[in-house]
Amino acid sequence: MALAEHELAERPLMAAWRRFASRRVSVVALVALVIIAAAVAGADLIAPYRSGQQHLDHVLAPPGADFLLGTDTLGRDTLSQTLYAGRISLVIGISVALIASLLGTTVGVVAGYLGGRIDAVLMRFTDTLLALPLLMMIILLARILGDSAADVVLVLSLLGWMALARIIRAKTLALREQEFVVAARSMGASTTRIMVRHLLPNLVGEISVAVSLAVAGAILAESVLSFLGLGVSSAHTPTWGNMIGGNEGFMTVEPWLVWAPGLAIVITVLAVNYVGDGLRDAFDVRGEGRS
Amino acid sequence: MARYVLTRLATTVPILLAISFAVFWAANQVSDPTVALTVNPRIAPEDITRYREHLGLGDPILSRYLQWLGDFVQADLGISLVRNGADVWPIVRTALVNTLVLVTLAVALSLVAGIAIGAISAIRRGSFIDYLATTVSFLGISIPVFWLGLMLQLFFGLYLANWLGIGPPLLPTAGLYSPGQQGFDLADRARHLVLPTMALSLQLIAVYSRYMRASLLDVMNSDHVRAARGRGLPERTVVVRHGVRNALLPVTAQAATDAGQLVGGLVVTELVFQYPGMGRLFVDALYGGDYPVLLASVMIVATAVFLVNLAGDLSYGVLDPRIRRGAR
Repeated sequence: MALAEHELAERPLMAAWRRFASRRVSVVALVALVIIAAAVAGADLIAPYRSGQQHLDHVLAPPGADFLLGTDTLGRDTLSQTLYAGRISLVIGISVALIASLLGTTVGVVAGYLGGRIDAVLMRFTDTLLALPLLMMIILLARILGDSAADVVLVLSLLGWMALARIIRAKTLALREQEFVVAARSMGASTTRIMVRHLLPNLVGEISVAVSLAVAGAILAESVLSFLGLGVSSAHTPTWGNMIGGNEGFMTVEPWLVWAPGLAIVITVLAVNYVGDGLRDAFDVRGEGRS
Repeated sequence: MARYVLTRLATTVPILLAISFAVFWAANQVSDPTVALTVNPRIAPEDITRYREHLGLGDPILSRYLQWLGDFVQADLGISLVRNGADVWPIVRTALVNTLVLVTLAVALSLVAGIAIGAISAIRRGSFIDYLATTVSFLGISIPVFWLGLMLQLFFGLYLANWLGIGPPLLPTAGLYSPGQQGFDLADRARHLVLPTMALSLQLIAVYSRYMRASLLDVMNSDHVRAARGRGLPERTVVVRHGVRNALLPVTAQAATDAGQLVGGLVVTELVFQYPGMGRLFVDALYGGDYPVLLASVMIVATAVFLVNLAGDLSYGVLDPRIRRGAR
């Protein structure tokens, strides 16, 4: 009985955390992510060399004591570059996920709660964007805008919110008819208040799963753009994608140049996906995720 | 049912027009028909200005769009100045055929493999096989397709040959044919398709197998399967006849709605393996300032994606009575 009361008293977020923590693979993934984030954030402390530092006597050096993973054509240490590159890749991934989720949630809640003509217009627009070959549009848009990190974030956010908007709309449609929303409405709560105070807290599960999957998607999308030379310019800022794109031609000579950034992407995205999967279980969000 | 199809089709034309306008606008932001001329030192700027006026490049974008649309629907894609005045349509047609070969092969293979893996996962839920399939599919959606392509090139082009101590690489890593090959040779063409197909398929198999697993689990929990079990049908019949068969539809419809995302993998696969398809044509045209080819390639891919999407939606709606009624 005491246990039941305890369970009843437990806050939903605490319960979700407990369910998340009970899945070993998700916890391992979360720890891995924290380590990766700490490593790239603390690159100044742990990287053997500074970002972009050249060793022109050691161009395309094989892995060895001085350069653990070798160097590139400009004599830059591959390990250090990979660590510094992670900064921009992670920052872009997280920024895009947050902005795209904000956009998607807003569109989804507004369309789902207000319904009628607004819903029809918003959803037609969403469906139209979803029916585009997105990577081609991302490439065109990236070409229209510049090659700063902010431009890349803008491009990926503007074309990354649609799937979430549809999920949030569907959930909002169901929530709208529930008693507590009807009650709030009948007591004269404003539309904004209902959306923010009553709908949003019930969408936390969907949103958090979507944010995590969006991080994975954004890191992958950023790497494709950089690989094509349309992301952040590799002249000054290394990213995992532009390291692979820039060194592709030397991979038979010095394979670590593509192995290191590639593995960094795979491990990071894999960890993010496992965290997302854990969140899905923790919040009991239905449906198979895509990224 | 006819009503559902008609209402769905009625919204098609405006959306397709909206998409084509968006594509036209975007293509015109990054390129224009005179880019190829401005980089030529032998052409005077005044001549280019006159040419621009002749083409009406100063006109509002809407009127230029309408003029272009009129030509496009008559399959008049113009000529490419970058490619020495060659007709655009034959160039695009060749690339389209190459892409369709690659996509059809990869999607067919991935559907078969994905459905099989997903079905086994669902039937043996919680088993080692399920666990393994889940892990591999997580890996599949986490590996960038372009990087996988590069790794396949390294592995089959370099590592394997070195380890086995054999001379030439096991599989060709680029292009359509071996150097010097003249005309069509099925065996050579097929060998060149192996690695691009593998690169493109891993992610698809991962996604499709997840869809199939979810879909089959859903069906196996439904009333009609419980009823079939209750009638005492053998488990095998229940799973195959009532389970798998009903689980297939959502998977294929879902696969069709993913067509837009497939293009992303296709573009990078074609680039990595120097495969002359639509994706590579698009990127080459973008960098080369080849305006008519750029516009034609995006527009044709966008239309194709949209139609596949529509086909997926329609088949789902027509075959599933719940959706049919809900849509009215």
